[in-house]
Amino acid sequence: MFPKSGDRFSDTIMVETTTARRRISRGFGMKTILTSLALLGLVLTGTAAATTGAIAQEEAHSEAEPTHFPIHQPKEMDWSFAGPFGTYDKAQLQRGLKVYKEVCAACHSMKLVAFRTLEDLGYSEAQVKALAAEYTINDGPNDAGEMFDRPGIPSDYFPAPYPNDQAAAAANGGAAPPDMSLLAKARGVTRGFPRFVFDIFTQYAQGGPDYIHSLLTGYDEQPPAGMEIPEGTNYNPYFIAGVSLKMPKPLSDDQVTYDDGSPQTVDQYSRDVSAFLMWAAEPHLEDRKKTGFRVLVFLLLFGALVYLTKRKVWAGVAH
Amino acid sequence: MSEGHSTYTPKTGIGRWVDARMPLPRLVYDSFVAYPVPRNLNYAWTFGGILALMLGAQILTGIVLAMHYAADSSLAFDSVEKIMRDVNSGWLLRYLHSNGASFFFVAVYIHIFRGLYYGSYKAPRELLWILGCIIYLLMMATGFMGYVLPWGQMSFWGATVITGFFSAIPLVGEWIQQLLLGGFAVDNPTLNRFFSLHYLLPFMIAGVVVLHIWALHVVGQSNPTGIEVKSKTDTVAFTPYATIKDAFGMLVFLFVFAYFVFYLPNFLGHPDNYVVADPLKTPAHIVPEWYFLPFYAILRAITFNIGPINSKLGGVLAMFGSIAVLFLVPWLDTSKVRSAVYRPWYKLFFWLFVIDAVLLGWLGSQPAEGSYVFMAQMATLFYFAFFLVVLPVLGLVETPRRLPNSITEAVLEKNKGGGGGHPARATAAAEIKG
Repeated sequence: MFPKSGDRFSDTIMVETTTARRRISRGFGMKTILTSLALLGLVLTGTAAATTGAIAQEEAHSEAEPTHFPIHQPKEMDWSFAGPFGTYDKAQLQRGLKVYKEVCAACHSMKLVAFRTLEDLGYSEAQVKALAAEYTINDGPNDAGEMFDRPGIPSDYFPAPYPNDQAAAAANGGAAPPDMSLLAKARGVTRGFPRFVFDIFTQYAQGGPDYIHSLLTGYDEQPPAGMEIPEGTNYNPYFIAGVSLKMPKPLSDDQVTYDDGSPQTVDQYSRDVSAFLMWAAEPHLEDRKKTGFRVLVFLLLFGALVYLTKRKVWAGVAH
Repeated sequence: MSEGHSTYTPKTGIGRWVDARMPLPRLVYDSFVAYPVPRNLNYAWTFGGILALMLGAQILTGIVLAMHYAADSSLAFDSVEKIMRDVNSGWLLRYLHSNGASFFFVAVYIHIFRGLYYGSYKAPRELLWILGCIIYLLMMATGFMGYVLPWGQMSFWGATVITGFFSAIPLVGEWIQQLLLGGFAVDNPTLNRFFSLHYLLPFMIAGVVVLHIWALHVVGQSNPTGIEVKSKTDTVAFTPYATIKDAFGMLVFLFVFAYFVFYLPNFLGHPDNYVVADPLKTPAHIVPEWYFLPFYAILRAITFNIGPINSKLGGVLAMFGSIAVLFLVPWLDTSKVRSAVYRPWYKLFFWLFVIDAVLLGWLGSQPAEGSYVFMAQMATLFYFAFFLVVLPVLGLVETPRRLPNSITEAVLEKNKGGGGGHPARATAAAEIKG
């Protein structure tokens, strides 16, 4: 971007320098002063960086009293929706929906997701209608001014398991279970330098589902000796905000029946529900990636044509 | 666009009729067609056009988003999600707008660093530079207020922290803070006034951009040699030369921008902003948008009291000072030579300054504890030393390299060295075009 210059400091050609300036530059030994200033800055920052590294290592040694969470980084899984051509696996989303309905929905709301959008998962209109009708929706007021219950219709949203956040908190030991509509985008473990730079090129954007999957499968790990787990909480080394969380292990093998022959294991359940939550948080992901490919191809071709035109226009002009 | 040099001749009767009454076509022709630009401008000079493009894009996407957005603390978060889910191409508009803000700042930082490297702020371009600094300040205010609108956790707590700075100012601080918030804490009135201002400020930016371009067209562009245009052979016409080069620069920039919008739309954001604002739950680490991180690091670097100034006020002063010092750059730099190409020592310190700014950005994203604090203090010290010590002193003691006599001479020398082109023919061609 910037013009190259061959000679830097050594063979500087003098401009008509005043004798006064020459005297100053000789008297001060400018080169030495400036070099030492520059080096000093570099050395200082370097030392500081080294100390930081040392401190971080020291902290890592005290296993029973970790200071940085999560204790373990989320495991990176293969997701069908990763990468520039990623798409959702509809069978997986349907399984994930089943896990959500039968397990998670007992405590977690998903109030931004409407039944009608479930057609994205490969269900027909009739199937979505039937699915919505399984739910009871409190509606109203009617002409008599009263609230009433009715079966759900596709334009309804998933009803919340608790009437309000306070009730949810009271029923769950003081902390309301988070709404799941955006969970897959609302969780992400800091990747740190230099990984976040590589992530640009690998298009790593699955921090949310990786985190959820790791958390759901992380309950079986045992805390290191000497670690204190607060009463009423559950140890999980993948939890982002501490050594343990209120939510007990939610999934166990064979808890949800799959009718497509997929393994009924905690790991499979966790993958499926994580993928489903990614869809719930980002329903237009496939559209986005498809559009993106077309946009980039267009910009590439148009850019190439403009570049050739630019070469032609500037051909006779030295610059 | 200097007066009296217009070469515009309307060819049609209507053209002559309009020209005699309101010569807008003449203004456009003189500013964007015949306007002479130095022939040696490199791609760093395409960022002015890119910034104009980004401002236009932000205003367009913003106006459509505002049609669907509800500026009410109980509705804002869900209305943004409605845009993401139900509005036709709403996800695209919103990702274009949120990433557009980031890339607007990418472009403005490159533009500012280009100005610093080539000494574009020196006489007679001081006002041009100051207008640019004002645009940058307005951009920061706009960006900050825009980040509050989705009403996520980082929106809320970012607003709480940043408006809290003002309470550090003695006597009037509390009053300013309450005026900004519309109350004693971030709440619905804050969201409403931020939305109003977020809609207003971009048009103020557009206004200052007009002044910025006006000033530019009076003094003319600087160029990589930093030598003023002396003859017609030094320049080429804006169209087609600069137009086509700017267009290519824009397309490359848009390619990178589109890559983020379509494949990594949340890379530059914070996951916590997908959690609805909760005044009772403070996030573990409150971090501003990436483009504010260097200033955030400077703010937190002041952990000590200086006489009557406590550390909080000191941090706020350092942070505002780090931006205010930009306004003084034209007078802090004492060198007669503009371009770093001919200033070996300045070139070294410029790149150290770039590294320092990136380092400060990284430190701003880290918790303010342990050795990070010391590093931030050292980096802050260098930041200010660059402006207050290096710029004034270097100009007095540095021995610049030999300057070419003219832009044309520099270009021909470079082409001879590089082995490309036919200087004689090129000069001739430029003369015809110019």
